[in-house]
Amino acid sequence: MTDFVLKRIVALLLPFVQMFGMYVIFHGHLSPGGSFSGGIITGLGLIAFSLVFGLDRGTEKITDRMTTLIESFGALWYGAMGLVGVLRGSAFLMNKGSGVPLGEPGKLYSGGLIILITLGVGLKVGSTMVTLFTALMEEEG
Amino acid sequence: MSRNIAAFLLVCIGLVMFLAIAELPLYGSPDTPVQNYVAKRYVSGALSDTGALNMVASIVIDYRAYDTLIETTVLFTSIIAVFLVLKKGTN
Repeated sequence: MTDFVLKRIVALLLPFVQMFGMYVIFHGHLSPGGSFSGGIITGLGLIAFSLVFGLDRGTEKITDRMTTLIESFGALWYGAMGLVGVLRGSAFLMNKGSGVPLGEPGKLYSGGLIILITLGVGLKVGSTMVTLFTALMEEEG
Repeated sequence: MSRNIAAFLLVCIGLVMFLAIAELPLYGSPDTPVQNYVAKRYVSGALSDTGALNMVASIVIDYRAYDTLIETTVLFTSIIAVFLVLKKGTN
C-alpha cells in the first residue's frame, strides 16, 4: 500500500498505541486490562505497521528471531516466576505465602509477582499476534 | 428396526437429561452450590492476599495461576501448529 495519508496516520499513531499497550500491561494489577489485552494492543500496533508499510519493513522492526525468542521464553518466564515460590520454601506459583514483598496497594509496584508475570505473558501474547500475522502473510505473498 | 432402537435410546437419554434439569436449582437463587464461600473469600480477601487493586488480575494471576500458566502454553502450542502447517522455509 502506498497511500500517503494512511502511512502518516499510522506513523503518528504507532508510538501512542505501543505506549498504551505497555501501559495496560504494566497497570494490569491496578486498572482494568492486563497481560492479554495489553499484549494484543501492542501486537496490533506492529501488525498495523506491517500492513501499511509492507511486511518487509515490519519484519525489520521485529525480526523472526526476536518473536521466536519471546514466544519460547514467555511461558518459561511464567514457570520461573512460579519457581520463586518453590525456592523460598513454599508452593509453586505462591505469591504472598512465599514471602515476596507485596508493596503498597495502588502503587506501581504492588501485588508481588503479579506485575512480573503480567509483563512476561503480555510480551508473549503480543509476539503471538505478530507471529500469526507474519506466518499467514508469508503464506499469501 | 434399527431406527426404532435409535429412537428409543434417544428418548431414554432425553428422559435422563430432563430429570437432571429438573434437579437444577432456580437461576439466581442464593443457596446454589455456585454461590459458595469462594466468591466471598475472593471479594473480601483479594486485596490483602495479593496486594493488587484489580481483582480480576489477582484472581487470574494469583488464585488461578495454574490456569493462566496452561493458557500461555496453549498459545505456544497454537503457534507451533500454525508453523507446522503454514510456515515456509528451509529450517
